[in-house]
Amino acid sequence: MSDHAHALETSTGLDSRKLAIWTFIGSECMFFASLISTYVVYRNKSLVGPFPHEAWVSPAGQHFEPIIEIPLVTAGTAVLLFSSFFVVLALYGAQRGNRKMMIGWLGATILCGFFFIGMQVYEFTHFVHKGLTLQTNLFGASFFTLTGFHGTHVTIGVIWLITMFILALRGQLPPENSINLEMAALYWHFVDVVWVVIFPVVYLMK
Amino acid sequence: MATTVVGQETHAAGAAYGEKTGLWSWLTTVDHKRIGILYGTTAFCFFLLGGLEALLIRFQLVKANNTLVSPDFYNQLFTMHGTTMIFLAIMPLSAMFFNFMIPLMIGARDVAFPRLNAFSYWVFLLGGLFLNVSFLFGAAPNQGWFGYANLTSRQYSPGPNVDFWLMGLQILGVASLAAAVNFFVTIMNLRAPGMKLMRMPMFCWMSFITQVLLLLAFPVITVALIMLMFDRFFGTHFFVPSGGGDPILWQHLFWIFGHPEVYILIMPAFGIISEILPVFSRKPLFGYAAMVFSGVFIAFIGFGVWSHHMFSTGMGPIADTFFALATMLIAIPTGVKIFNWIGTIWGGSIQYKTPMYFALAFIAMFIMGGLSGVMHAVAPHDLQQTDTYFVVAHFHYVMFGGSIFALTAGAYYWWPKMFGRMLDERLGKIHFWLMFIGFNVTFFPMHFLGLLGQPRRTYTYQAGLGFDWLNQLETVGAVILFFAFLTFLINVIKTWRRPATAPADPWNGATLEWSLPSPPQEWNFAEVPVVHSRDPLWERKRERGGPLPEPLRVSGQGIHLPAPSFWPAVAAVGVMGLFLGIMLSPKVGPWAIFVGVSVLFFGVFNWIFEPSYTSIPGVGGRPRAGHH
Ligand code: HEM
Ligand SMILES: [Cu+2]
Repeated sequence: MSDHAHALETSTGLDSRKLAIWTFIGSECMFFASLISTYVVYRNKSLVGPFPHEAWVSPAGQHFEPIIEIPLVTAGTAVLLFSSFFVVLALYGAQRGNRKMMIGWLGATILCGFFFIGMQVYEFTHFVHKGLTLQTNLFGASFFTLTGFHGTHVTIGVIWLITMFILALRGQLPPENSINLEMAALYWHFVDVVWVVIFPVVYLMK
Repeated sequence: MATTVVGQETHAAGAAYGEKTGLWSWLTTVDHKRIGILYGTTAFCFFLLGGLEALLIRFQLVKANNTLVSPDFYNQLFTMHGTTMIFLAIMPLSAMFFNFMIPLMIGARDVAFPRLNAFSYWVFLLGGLFLNVSFLFGAAPNQGWFGYANLTSRQYSPGPNVDFWLMGLQILGVASLAAAVNFFVTIMNLRAPGMKLMRMPMFCWMSFITQVLLLLAFPVITVALIMLMFDRFFGTHFFVPSGGGDPILWQHLFWIFGHPEVYILIMPAFGIISEILPVFSRKPLFGYAAMVFSGVFIAFIGFGVWSHHMFSTGMGPIADTFFALATMLIAIPTGVKIFNWIGTIWGGSIQYKTPMYFALAFIAMFIMGGLSGVMHAVAPHDLQQTDTYFVVAHFHYVMFGGSIFALTAGAYYWWPKMFGRMLDERLGKIHFWLMFIGFNVTFFPMHFLGLLGQPRRTYTYQAGLGFDWLNQLETVGAVILFFAFLTFLINVIKTWRRPATAPADPWNGATLEWSLPSPPQEWNFAEVPVVHSRDPLWERKRERGGPLPEPLRVSGQGIHLPAPSFWPAVAAVGVMGLFLGIMLSPKVGPWAIFVGVSVLFFGVFNWIFEPSYTSIPGVGGRPRAGHH
């Protein structure tokens, strides 16, 4: 990465790149706030079914089967949360020059990311098979938009982490450059935190 | 923050490194000053284009039942005029000053992320071109600059017009976001030693607030545009009532962005005026802290008043009352600002130079625009005025009488610093009077036309409604305005022929940029200055008991500077390809998206992994903080 990544003097004492990531995350909060509000406003406004309560649980006597297994999404959520912990360990390794630790935990984080993306791909195809698509109704539209854009963020995060992984393998992430990994980690934490909001709002709210 | 210091040599040694010319050097530049000039020239061209559209609008309205242009082309004209003026003229003209002046004013060598800076510029340029090529297909956006649903649905806007607008705005959003992150970090992190936040020049403060507004407002319209895009391309029903969607949601999202956006347009103007008034009154800014806090307060409430654009949608008395009161609250901090400006001039020894003319006119025009704004805040009043020319009068008093007057003031004020040449005073005064008279002749009658009931965005009108002579008068005003800008162009061309000999400090300035040669050297400060007060340069002059000596040009030996790079431009092309692809047919679209994303990633990766510094031949120096 860039050749002068050591902590340099700045007016705030914070590294500029770290500050930039924080700033960007602040902006992203507004992005997800808008998507989540739209979902909340629209989830029960559809003119035709399926409605959220039909999608998640199966009330007796309704012809809609539950089209998503909450346990699967819960597993995905848990995996994502653990990955935040893993990336902290990777960073810990990176900062102490423990390359093995860094590479190992980074790999684990990436695998978690893949698991989550896989979960979502499965979930989306399942939905589509059961007849809920973007076009079906407002619920489908706002659900796919919200979770889809979160998934896109996860994907970008995974690509970023893979880049870090390759750098680490090549020995190009020495401790004094660990800020590079730290930035990816900050973004990854953010993506996780957003899911912590989305999960109850989308899957648990009745 | 120490940097290796540098022998006091003359121009020659640095010249080999510093003065590059030719197209390639502009394509790859990462120097904030050159990027500022790129922003300025590009935005001025777009401004002229928007002005041409305005002139056509005015000629269409010069008499009753006129058919100079077709109704559909008329729709394209006013939509592109509004969109161009807001997104391609005022915002990037402000960005020119952010780019050129902020690092100089805070004592920095560049912005925090020089290549990201270049990237924002290229994305902005491509986004602007993208919006305007639509004219070549006869399919320019034609739905009004706020794209109200349901008008923008496939059903009512089947052609690609709205798609151009949709994608163009998304591209410009990428540019704005990148720039906002960059300047936020620059102002936070790269201030010279001793320049505490409460010692920053007011222009930097107001720009800082602008960046925060950009960061928080743009994602909201991004989401709205995404949903509109899904409605148009994938058959969702976010804003389509037949599927349960709600057009009012569009208005909410649009104005949660749109109202802060008007502060994005006016905040930099506040900043410019607060720089000019003290210098030409020979007095420090009156009520510095009040200025800062009123700015923050305006920005803060600005996020809570968006629904004053929606009184006529029938939100009900409670919402109407809330938003009316919240809106009127903004008048308080705005009034604080105006009184502080007047306090600054009060008792000063005023120098009537061109920048001061424009600055004083700004205050007067902005007060008028503000007052008609408060009138709109009264919901029953608004119900009468909305969608008439009264609104058109209001926002032109704020955006033109406010932003454009201030930006022009800034241009005359900082021109010598940017180009090493003084603009001609006499032509400047002519420019001023033409613009001042032309502006008021064009826009003041709009108040009356609005009250008489002429609807805005109207293609033509019947004779005998009493609209005729006022419209004719306005068209005369628009022609005067045309000559005003012509005068400015003549001024620029005339002074361009002269040698670049402007002194470093022609106005007896108070801020750091005037301590540098005009135009500044590529590395800005050979020695990073130390700041002890709000008016560092005045302080230095006081200590010396007189003006400072002309700063010498120094060789810049040993200073690290970011290396030129063309990857930001490549990445910008990728962004453009991505959004273009979304617009194209399902056959080619996905491929274009794929190519766009690949080019984007390719550009970004190369930019990240290329070495980011060169040092000027000579001894190695330490890099300045945060340059990446
Ligand atoms: C050169 C002088 C200008 C003239 C003669 C002019 C004239 C006009 C006219 C006649 C309209 C159409 C009003 C309507 O039918 O609704 C309009 C709309 C508008 N103008 Fe200007 N204008 C000028 C400069 C500017 C500037 C500098 C701005 C910068 C912000 C601006 C922003 C707008 C906006 C936002 C609209 C609304 C477009 C819409 O209704 O969709 N104008 N202008
Ligand atoms: Cu507003």
